[in-house]
Order: sequence, then structure tokens, then C-alpha cells
Amino acid sequence: MFDGYTLGELGSILAMQGFAGLTLFSVFVLMALGLAIIFGQMGVINMAHGEFMILGAYVTYVVSTVFADFMPALFGSYFFLAMALAFVTAGALGALVEWAMIRHLYHRPLDTLLATWGLSLIMQQVFRSVFGAREVGVTLPDWLMGSFQLTDLIEVPINGLFVMALTFLIALGVYLILFRSRWGNQSRAVVQNRAMAGAVGIDTGRMDRMTFALGCGIAGVAGSAFTMIGSTGPTAGQLYIVDTFLVVVFGGAQSLLGTIASAFVISQSQSTMEFFLSGSMAKVLTLLTVVVILMLRPQGLFSLKLRR
Amino acid sequence: MPADNKFVLSIEGLTVSFDGFKAVNDLSLYVDENEIRVIIGPNGAGKTTVLDLICGRTKADAGSIVFKDKELTKMKENQIVQAGVGRFFQNPSVYEELTVYENLELSYPRGRSVFGALFFRPDAELVERVEEVAETIFLADHLYDVAGELSHGQKQWLEIGMLLVQDPALMMLDEPVAGMSVTERRQTAELLHRIIQDRSVIVVEHDMNFVADIAHRVTVMHQGSVLSEGSMQHVQSDPRVKEVYLGH
Amino acid sequence: MNAAQSTAASRSFWLGFALLAGLILLVFPVLLDSFRLNLVGRYLTYAFVAVGLVLCWGYGGILSLGQGVFFGLGGYCLAMFLKLESSTPEATAIQSTPGIPDFMDWNQITALPWFWEPFNYLPVALIAVLVVPAVFAYVIGVAMFKRRVSGVYFAIITQAIAAIMTILIIGQQGYTGGINGITDLRTLLGWDIRSESAKTILYFVNAVLLLGALVLARWILTSKLGRILVAMRGKEDRVRFSGYSVANFKIFIFCVAAAMSGVGGAMFTLQFGFMSPSFVGIVPSIEMVIFAAVGGRLSILGAVYGALIVNWAKSALSEAFPELWLFAMGALFIAVVMAFPNGLAGLYSVYVAPIFPRIRAWAQRTRGMAPSATSASAPPLAEPEVSNAR
Repeated sequence: MFDGYTLGELGSILAMQGFAGLTLFSVFVLMALGLAIIFGQMGVINMAHGEFMILGAYVTYVVSTVFADFMPALFGSYFFLAMALAFVTAGALGALVEWAMIRHLYHRPLDTLLATWGLSLIMQQVFRSVFGAREVGVTLPDWLMGSFQLTDLIEVPINGLFVMALTFLIALGVYLILFRSRWGNQSRAVVQNRAMAGAVGIDTGRMDRMTFALGCGIAGVAGSAFTMIGSTGPTAGQLYIVDTFLVVVFGGAQSLLGTIASAFVISQSQSTMEFFLSGSMAKVLTLLTVVVILMLRPQGLFSLKLRR
Repeated sequence: MPADNKFVLSIEGLTVSFDGFKAVNDLSLYVDENEIRVIIGPNGAGKTTVLDLICGRTKADAGSIVFKDKELTKMKENQIVQAGVGRFFQNPSVYEELTVYENLELSYPRGRSVFGALFFRPDAELVERVEEVAETIFLADHLYDVAGELSHGQKQWLEIGMLLVQDPALMMLDEPVAGMSVTERRQTAELLHRIIQDRSVIVVEHDMNFVADIAHRVTVMHQGSVLSEGSMQHVQSDPRVKEVYLGH
Repeated sequence: MNAAQSTAASRSFWLGFALLAGLILLVFPVLLDSFRLNLVGRYLTYAFVAVGLVLCWGYGGILSLGQGVFFGLGGYCLAMFLKLESSTPEATAIQSTPGIPDFMDWNQITALPWFWEPFNYLPVALIAVLVVPAVFAYVIGVAMFKRRVSGVYFAIITQAIAAIMTILIIGQQGYTGGINGITDLRTLLGWDIRSESAKTILYFVNAVLLLGALVLARWILTSKLGRILVAMRGKEDRVRFSGYSVANFKIFIFCVAAAMSGVGGAMFTLQFGFMSPSFVGIVPSIEMVIFAAVGGRLSILGAVYGALIVNWAKSALSEAFPELWLFAMGALFIAVVMAFPNGLAGLYSVYVAPIFPRIRAWAQRTRGMAPSATSASAPPLAEPEVSNAR
């Protein structure tokens, strides 16, 4: 599959595909972070996670349209407001869903999976009814357009760089919240020993709701970032959900670092193979490799031997 | 002690650690035919872990467990059971959705393969055995009751019954009288006395009266290793044992 | 359950079985026109999957979100034979390579791929309908269950497998017919399967096979293996310490479910003359779970009704209000999990079944007889095991 390329060209191809992979990596990480919180911390499978992400994307789309129509002067900065709104909207909906649905199903993980799948279908149809079946894209502010020309074969788009920087900041934020804040301490305490956490005065029900809402809120932010590099359709969330779950499981559900590492490995191998094989075969090979590795090491790449 | 004599169970150099913590550390233990061995020790000494290791629930990092010439560390739980090792659990774990009869039927050591179970048809021998055991465990009148509806004590008895039907050559009991009322404790002790005949038994227990009552030999565990071993009087007079239990 | 109760349970199952048989063998063919009957035939092919899911999900506790894969494998196995039969050199003389399926020719393939060769023979294809899904399930099962992967992990991995399979089938269109699938199937050993009479005959073949699958499922569930499954669902660990290999039992029931799905897929191919990846992917696979859930995850008879009702509602709703269908489907998923975890069979045993003893008692009173103790009768629709569910 390497015939016809000079070594230099191959290097450039690898670099370009590597960069494309990094963008995919950002999307995976953003989606997986929210999932890692909800699935890794709470053990809840949220099949509607992709739809929460798309919700964030649509919020961003609406905000950008509003800015373009009413405040064109401030258009360059709409994105920051959109991101905040996406977080709040998705988070609030997450809290509502937890209250109405998830909290009744904590001991039935398989049923949670089915119920949230139902939720995802409803959300998809809502998107379709409100925004139409066609994909919508946002207009990027000027400062995100264009690209850096590194060599004559390698160019790096600015919006991709921006999303990567954003991913890094959000990942850092999640780390700080979960492992360095009092709230994160309490959240992890609830996960590890619910009864004991309740006994020392943590409102475990409220904690669950906040954790779930946080995960959904991060999905919303992910969707917001997603609009920078792709367009949004009602069913776009479903395209990523299986990949993202594989990312989380592959990394070892409990490990934040593992999640990021596995997102990196999966996105890089997929985008590198994509250049040489057809896109679909690259995806088949990547998913297949992940599934086979998970069969050999079901606990994921990063996990500890624990006493059962 | 050499490993090549008539011990039913010989454990040598057994080690396992969880996340860096050595729960069982280079432990060696030998159990004779028809011996009743009691393991005692403070909390966290690794007693339950030893039972978990013997019955295959936990995999050892190093060491060997030989039961009747079979190396248990390389076998799966169900194979270990089929080899003749039975385990009584700390919390009664009967099959709540099945009847007492069905609970006992499932414990009967036949039709254990997939197709064996598919084509298994209960015969007179099985029915007789199940009824006999139900009689022993005071549940003859409850044969067709769903196990989930039994009282805590009755579940415990059913658990014992399941072990009886299984008829293991080595029986392991993990705190069999813990959490019981005085009456239940007495009844259960009687029951246990009857079922531990003619087989080797390992018991983990805190109740010293019960221990003194049944033990042939006592092993004291501390921090994953054997601290002292011998008769009840021997270990009770061992200064190291006193230190561990009273020292801190 | 004592002897009298289990006799009552058995009687009620066979009564329900007879009712269902009457419904699909007599009532539907008499009342429905051929178009509608054909639709019912389609739903009944999904019922195979639903019955399999009751076995492996309801009883075995294994939620597979990839049952569409097995439905598809079974369907493709037969479709390959039918396609080869209709791709005679004479019929395909206009192709650049005559004698191979048309889609291969369109994709510049010049010789029949090796894995198509065995499907020149009907017996091979028929065996493959059962064996290919079962062997695939066996491989997945050994890999997963021996390593104690279960629950949500298993569900997600089977979902990933469904995704992989779809992408693969669509991507390799030269070998598989791609997104359109294998289409334009006309004859089975020269018998025109598209004629009106053939469709009716195939409906009955399908119905009888389904009833056979129900008998098989019932036999499995009433064997000791069925009780081990129930025990495993509650206390998997304990079953190991009763001396059973939990993994082997899971593998077995997963393979049975897969083989049943394969038969459903093959019957679909026969009745509709095509098979395509649209039955394989994530969405169709999870929809198949809802058939079993709506019918009642512990009731094999309920699963058939679930498949019939959900699909009927889907056709009715999506004809009239296409927008509403996804809402309804979503709501169904949520409702069946949160409000009716035992589905129709559960509702039946709570609300409908208790009526019968009362009617009987009333009838006996009016005839001046005391109600007998054995008249504590049982629900014909649902197996009594339903009452044991979580």
C-alpha cells in the first residue's frame, strides 16, 4: 500500500493524517470525558450521550445565528457564550433526565441502557422536528479561518488547533473538578461507598444528579466544539456513541488518563489507516482491533487487580 | 513438612496481593484426611482470602494448592467443586427465585455439563436424596416454597443443605454461625456437627466457644501468614498469639 | 412449585401455545388479505429473534445488542444460494463475466469468490443458516464469557460487532452486494418464490418453524438447564460453586438464540426475495430487543406477540404519522423499562389471568358446585415464571 510514494511524501502524509487524527482525537476525548464521568464514576450507560452532544452543537448554531442577525459586531466572540450556554442547557437537561429516569434504574444497568436509547430516539426526533433533517453548520468567526502553512505539503487548519486547545483545557478542568475539588472528592466517595458517604453527611441523591448533569454538560461543550470542525445533523450523535463507548471501555472505565490515551490510540490508528485503505475498512479494522483487544483484556488497558 | 504424604490438602508458598497489598504472604498449610481445622486471626489477616484462593475465586500470584493430587491453582471454580471442594458462604447465597427443592436439585452432583443438564431427568435416587437432606435441614415442609421467602436462618440451613447434597470431600465454612441468634446458633452448631463427619473441614470462625468445641487443630493467621498452629491449648498459650490479639 | 402447580403451569403454557398457533395458522390466514398476511409473515421472522432474546436476555441475563447480525447471517446464507441459482450463465449472458451474481460483475469481479462456492448447494446453505450464526456466536461467546465479560460490556461489544458487520457488508460490495444487499431472488430449486401461492406456503412454513422454535425454547427452559439459567441470573458466582461452568451455559444459550435468529433471517429472505445490511446494524438490532421487552422478557409466547404488536404499530404509525414513530418508539423503550419491566406478559399475569379462576368459581357456584382446590388456574399467555421476575 505504500507504492508510489517517496519517503518525504510518506512522512508528510503521516503528519497530515496524524493531524486529522488529532482532530478526531479531540472529538473522542470531548465525548469520552463526559462518558467517563457518567459511566466510569457512576456505572451508568447513557446511550443518549451523543444526543446531549448534538444538543450543545445546536445551541451553538442558534447562538451563532442570533449573533449574526442581531449583533454582527460581536460575532467574533459568540463562541464563548455559546459554549457556556451549551454547558448549561445540556447539564440542566441531564439533571432532569437523572431525576425523572436514571435514579430509578441504578440497580438495572441493562435497563438504563435501553431507556436511554429510547431517550436518544426522542431527542433525535425533536432535533429533526425543530431544525430539520438536513445538517446545519455554523459560520466560523474570521480568526478561526485559514491555516498555517508549515511546509509546502503540510498545512495545519486553525480551527483544528483551536479545538485541540479547547480539548486540553476541558480535560484539565475535568481533572481538577474530579480530583482536586471538594465536590469531586464527595462525588468519588459516593461512587466508592454509597452508604458510608451518606453516613458522613453527603446528600448522595443530589451528588448523583450533579455528576450526571456534569457529564451531560461536558457533552454539550463537546458538541459546541464539534461545530468548529463539522456540521451538525439530528443523527450525528449516534455515529459516535459506539466508538466513544469503546474508547472509554478500552481505556479502563475508571481511568481518566486511560480514556485519553485510548482515544489517542484509536483516533490515530483510524485516521492513519484511512489514507491507505478505504474509510470504511479503516473503521472496520480499528473497531475490530479494539474489540479483539477487549476480548483479551476485558478490564481495559488501565485498571488494577482488585479484590472481589 | 514434606508434601508427598497423605494430606488431603497441602498449601505451599501461597501468595496473593491486591494492588500492592500482600493479603496472603508465603502461606503453607496442610490438612489431614477427616481433620477439622479452624483458622482464626484478627480482621484482615487473610482468612477469607485463603478460602477464596482454595476454591478458585481468587487467583494466586505464587504458590501451590494441592488437593488429592490435583493442583487447584490452575483450575476453574466449577472444576474445583467437581473435584470435591465445597464452600459455605458468609452470607447465605441461595437461589432466591427457585424453590427449596430446585436449590437442592441444582446442587446434586450430576448433570453438570451443558448437555448433561439439558437432558437431565430427576430419578428416584435424586428425589430420595433431596428429601432426606431437606429433612436434615428442617425444611421438609418447605420443599416447594420459593427460597427467597425463607427466613434468614432457614436460608442458612438451605445453604448447608446444598453443601450436603454436594457431598464434598473438603468442606470450607466461612463464619457459619456469625450473625445468628443464640437459638439459631445452637441449632446450626448441631447441624454442622452432623455434616462435618467423614470429611475434611476448614472453618473460619470468630466464636471461640464454637472453635474450641469442634477444632482438631487451630491455625492462627496474622498479616497473611501463619503465626501459630496446633491444638487449641497450644495456640492459646502462644505468646505471639496473645500479642497479636491483645498487644496493640 | 409443587407437582400440582407445575402441571397447571404446563397446562397454561400449552393452552397459550394452542391459542397462538390458532391465531397464526387459522385466524390470520382467514381474516387477512395476502398483502397483510405477508406483513404478518415478516413480523413473525422477527419473532424468532425475540424468542431467542427471551432465552439469552430474559433467562440468561445476557443482553445482546447484536442479534441483527445473526438474523443477517442466516438471511445471507440462504440469499447466497438463491442468488447463485438465479445467476445461471444463460440468465446473466449480458454480463462481462456470465454465471456470477450481477453485483459482482458490476464491481469488476471476474470469478466467484471461494466463500461463495459452497453455497451452490442447497443442503450446505440450509445447514449454514443454522451453523454460521451459531459458530459466530460461539466464537464471541467463548471470547467474552470465558473471560467473564458480561452485562453492559457485553452489550456494548455486541453493538460494536453489529456496527463492524454493517460497515463491512456495505464496504465490500463486490462480495456482499453492498448497501442494497442481495436482491432479485426469484426461485428456490426452480420453484417461483414470488408467486402468490408460494408466498402463502412460505407463510405457513415460517409459522410452523416458529412454533417449533417455541417448543424447543420451552423444552430448554423446563429442563434443568433452564433452572440453572434462572439461578445464574440471580447468583452467577454461586452457580460456579455448585459445580457448573457458567461460561458454557451462557455460550450455549447465546448460540441457541443466534441460531434461532438465523432461521428468522433465512425465512425473511425466502418470503421477501432479498437480504440487506439494513437488518444487521445497531438500530435494527436494538429494536429487536424491544420486541422481546414489550412481549415480556420472561415469556417466549409474549415475545411473539411483542414482535407482532410493535411491528404492526410501526407500520401503522409510520404510514400515518412518520414524525411520530420515533417519539413512540422512544417512549416505548422508556415505558417498558420503567413502568412495565415484564411487558405484556407481566400485565397479563397481573390483570387478566386472575379473572379466570374467578369466572370458573362463579360458573361452578351457579352450577351449585364448590370450587375445587385445583382450579387455581393459570394464565394461558404468560408462563408462570414471570411472577418470579425482579
